[in-house]
Amino acid sequence: MSTAVETSKGGSAELLPAAPGTSFGACIRLRLGALGALAVMTGKVFSRAVRPPYDWGALVYHTESLGVRSMPIALLTSTFAGLVISLQFGFFLARFGVQYTVGRVVILTLFRELAPVLTALTVGARIGSGIAAELGAMTVTEQVDAVRALGADPVRKLVVPRVLACLLVLPALTVVADVVGLVAGALVVNVQYGITLELFFRGALDTVLMTDFVSGIIKGAIFGVIIGLVGCFKGLTVEGGTEGVGRATTQSVAMTSVTVCLADFFITKLTLYL
Amino acid sequence: MRLSAPRPRLEFHRPTPGEELIHFEHLKKVFGPKRVFDDLELSVCAGETLVVIGGSGSGKSVLLKCLIGLLYPDGGRIIFQGQDLTRFREEDFFAVRRHVAMVFQGSALFDSLTVGENVAYPLREHFPELSPEEMARRVAEKLAWVNLPGTEGMMPADLSGGMRKRVGLARAIATDPEVILWDEPTTGLDPVTTRSINAMINSMKERLGCTSIVVTHDMVSAFELGDRIAMLADRRIVQVGTPEEMRRSTVPEVRAFLDARRAEFSPQGVGA
Repeated sequence: MSTAVETSKGGSAELLPAAPGTSFGACIRLRLGALGALAVMTGKVFSRAVRPPYDWGALVYHTESLGVRSMPIALLTSTFAGLVISLQFGFFLARFGVQYTVGRVVILTLFRELAPVLTALTVGARIGSGIAAELGAMTVTEQVDAVRALGADPVRKLVVPRVLACLLVLPALTVVADVVGLVAGALVVNVQYGITLELFFRGALDTVLMTDFVSGIIKGAIFGVIIGLVGCFKGLTVEGGTEGVGRATTQSVAMTSVTVCLADFFITKLTLYL
Repeated sequence: MRLSAPRPRLEFHRPTPGEELIHFEHLKKVFGPKRVFDDLELSVCAGETLVVIGGSGSGKSVLLKCLIGLLYPDGGRIIFQGQDLTRFREEDFFAVRRHVAMVFQGSALFDSLTVGENVAYPLREHFPELSPEEMARRVAEKLAWVNLPGTEGMMPADLSGGMRKRVGLARAIATDPEVILWDEPTTGLDPVTTRSINAMINSMKERLGCTSIVVTHDMVSAFELGDRIAMLADRRIVQVGTPEEMRRSTVPEVRAFLDARRAEFSPQGVGA
């Protein structure tokens, strides 16, 4: 089978799944091959993304379909994240008699960590699996081959608009999650611990810095690129018909989650110095 | 001083009928442990319809995909108009795909686009300078050629199998290619639709004067369409000849294939 993801030579990255009984060395070679193919695709995505022609129509379409339709899940996640961390922090800070600082803690936790990571994990699972399933179905029905045969570049046509849409959508949803989580947190501590909204927000806004907000946005953008790339890569390297599409969809969710968690650690380390 | 070899470029000239257009030379292709081709040799002349027959999984579709650059061979050469396509990179195949079109087995229509947008797709890629009116005119013309006038606004999901094949054909011929590759054009179709598709393949030859390579295991279509028929078996081409020569073939692989096909259609079945 061919795939649209090519190696540097121009051939296809034939990423066969490790068959039962495959030696450890062969498994490692296979995984390294996949990693190499992903790296080559990533390079192509960035080189195509900065060179015209730009397909604005496709970018708007994917931003709408990936972003606007992910809004409910992002709202739900951020609301409950805000509610839970506010309840928890309110409870524990009361032990030290400083429950009035709950707004300060909640805003930092939300802006720097919870909003971008939870959004990436929940929305990312939806978006990444959707992209993998869509491109996987196109691959097994030879539509990706048809794109190439008709003179178009699958990376430019199929991957770039989706990755760019993810790059735009995730930071935007992170901002929404910041706001919604904070409001939900303020309401719940008001009801539960009697902390006024004014006290909550004054403490929060006195504490938070622009860098806290920006670091969350940067995380969202990087997670967006990861989600887009992994979803597209898994979709374009599907093998084995419809069963393979299902496998790729599941793998894309797992791979996205693990990569987001790994990336989160390193980005956090870097953004602490902002 | 040039540090790397110059990039190959396809310089296409309209071939004279009968001249050798494509030559698969000692072609090798493997998928993991499976060898698909081993020293495969085949020539295709301009203006002819060459039908490649062979069993399922014998590599017929792989042959077409190697020619158009969707797969890369592991050895040997593919000479197209004197140029070695195995030296081409993905970007270099853009020019080849302007002249060589492929009709896919499952039609491979883009589900999210209308019929008209599907047919216009190669025009947008190869002729971006065309005005929307000219593009619409060409799309309408090609849809009329395949007896589907006025279907521009329909979605692929609304079409029958035969209609999808015809839209796939209209999309392939949108750029007036010199070579058309047909991957199992009649598989899964009823006999009446099969005949109409075969008639369409023949009419394309007359209209465009193009060269066709048809991959099939439908022997009725093979004898109806082929100027020459090539039998692919045991990882190589075991015989190439006119339909009459193939009927009288004594090559065991060809004989076995033809006899099995004949038995399929005999009233007494295989055991007859």
